[in-house]
Amino acid sequence: MTMAQASAVNAQKAVKKPIKRKTQYRKYAPLLIMMIPGLLYILINNYLPMLGIVIAFKDVNFAKGILQSDWVGLANFEYLFKTSDAYIITRNTILYNLVFIILGTVLSLAAAILLNEIKSKVLVKAYQSIITLPHLISMVIVGYLGFAFLSPDTGFLNKTVLPWFGIEEGISWYTENKYWPWILTLVHFWKAIGYSSIVYFAALLGIDEEYYEAARLDGASRWQQILHITLPIIVPVITMLTLLNIGRIFYSDFGLFYQVPMNSGALFESTSTIDTYVFRGLMGSGDIGMSTAAGVYQSIVGFILVILANLIVRRFNKDNALF
Amino acid sequence: MKNEDRFISWFSHISMFLFAAVCLIPFLLLISASLTDQNAITAHGYSFIPQVFSTSAYEYLLDRGSDIARAYGVTVFVTVFGTVVGLAITVLLAYPLSRKETPHRNLLMFIIFFTMLFHGGLVPSYLVYAQLLDLKNSIWALIIPGLLTNGFYIMMMRTFFQSTVPPALIESAQLDGANEYRTLWSVVLPLSTPVIATIGLFTCIMYWNDWQNGMIYITNPELFSVQNLLNRIMQDIQFITTNMSANAGEAMQQMPTDSVKMAIAVIGVLPILVAYPFFQKYFIKGIMIGAVKG
Repeated sequence: MTMAQASAVNAQKAVKKPIKRKTQYRKYAPLLIMMIPGLLYILINNYLPMLGIVIAFKDVNFAKGILQSDWVGLANFEYLFKTSDAYIITRNTILYNLVFIILGTVLSLAAAILLNEIKSKVLVKAYQSIITLPHLISMVIVGYLGFAFLSPDTGFLNKTVLPWFGIEEGISWYTENKYWPWILTLVHFWKAIGYSSIVYFAALLGIDEEYYEAARLDGASRWQQILHITLPIIVPVITMLTLLNIGRIFYSDFGLFYQVPMNSGALFESTSTIDTYVFRGLMGSGDIGMSTAAGVYQSIVGFILVILANLIVRRFNKDNALF
Repeated sequence: MKNEDRFISWFSHISMFLFAAVCLIPFLLLISASLTDQNAITAHGYSFIPQVFSTSAYEYLLDRGSDIARAYGVTVFVTVFGTVVGLAITVLLAYPLSRKETPHRNLLMFIIFFTMLFHGGLVPSYLVYAQLLDLKNSIWALIIPGLLTNGFYIMMMRTFFQSTVPPALIESAQLDGANEYRTLWSVVLPLSTPVIATIGLFTCIMYWNDWQNGMIYITNPELFSVQNLLNRIMQDIQFITTNMSANAGEAMQQMPTDSVKMAIAVIGVLPILVAYPFFQKYFIKGIMIGAVKG
């Protein structure tokens, strides 16, 4: 091919390309048009509030309106971090999540392995449906279930369980901070372990039966099979789920921390997380500027953590990463 | 069978049985307490077997049945409408993203994906819905904020379309003269019922259980969903008990308060318990599909 020919071909390509692009647009326009409702929704529901972050830097005055309120720079953040609130809500959010992640992984993994050891299909199905039932129930109902046990005057604990141990006066559960780390952890596990054990169980079902057969031929006991086949094979799943959970360590299950303690003010110290703090601020029992600042603090640190967690997951296994 | 193996087998059966029992026990207490006479509750507290059986709590609630019926009406409407519209939007976003030919596909993907990583937070969202769109005390405030809360569903559906619908099938449908909408409706969707059923079910549950939007945007009791009614009743009874004036005291005596609290919760949860056996299979499948990613 001579130079002239080559350049002619190139020129042709150059001319051809925009035309092709245009026809492509026309041909595939319906695909873009059908996305319009969803994209519009995302614009309003997700991207517009991202701009709303500016209110964290304003002295919000509803009489003046949001846009006209005065800029105050970082004052809201300064107030927030000067109070003990910032420390309490950060501590609670992270500590609860750490317990939920570490103990939760152990418990749900154990439940999944035990479920996998049950050979009767009917029983496995029955157990699966029962242990996932709590995940289906709204936190409002969970609050009521908790109340049936914890109500100071009529609760099962105060009226039945404590008297067994000779304690007659009863405990005022909804005002005593020291019990709540235990109660909330228990309630969380009651609601979540079934669900997350099914997630692990699904991973176990994917293990090739041939490994176990080979192990049995070599005389391995079931315990040895669990230890040397099951666990090593699902370690990547555990790592991935744990890292993704760590990425969300700055977010809490709002319902758990709001409904189960019945929004009791006396329990702020032990039950308040960033999410409940922001909510209370918005609903008028707190400072809106500070609560927006807390929300921005959560969004930004949360974003960084998700990105970091994902980077680490990617290093382990590209397929398991979110992006 | 080795002794050790037998031990593991027994251990699994016993622990799973106990685990399942723990999951169910709170519901038994709730139901039993709702069927106990008020005086027996005052004397002995809530218990697993009614000391004195009574249905007075349910009779009391029956008198106020219109509130409960209305709340159920709100919940059912919100759930049905929200699920249908939410699913439609999800499909309409996921399908073009599953097609290689869609212009700017990666950019569009990123726009959706980014919403999964970064949120504006509760207060800015509230300002958008309450102040900008003026949806306070409107039933739409219960529906719109939940339509696409989970970008993950879009990703899940897109992946499903990509992996189950062969591009050749789409091409041949379009050679036969089907436009994109027709292709989606008659070729892609019929092949994708599992993913649509799963996401539909989870969206449905999310709407049924939602109380947060109601608490934020709704103050008019006529628009309370079941969950919000439950919230309000707990608050009201607490309010009456803690601020007991002479008049309220009388009102209290006529009302079997402690059993009513439990009875209303039973009414709130019973439909789910009754329906659960019929959809548990899909619920568990959905959890397992979600397990692959996310």
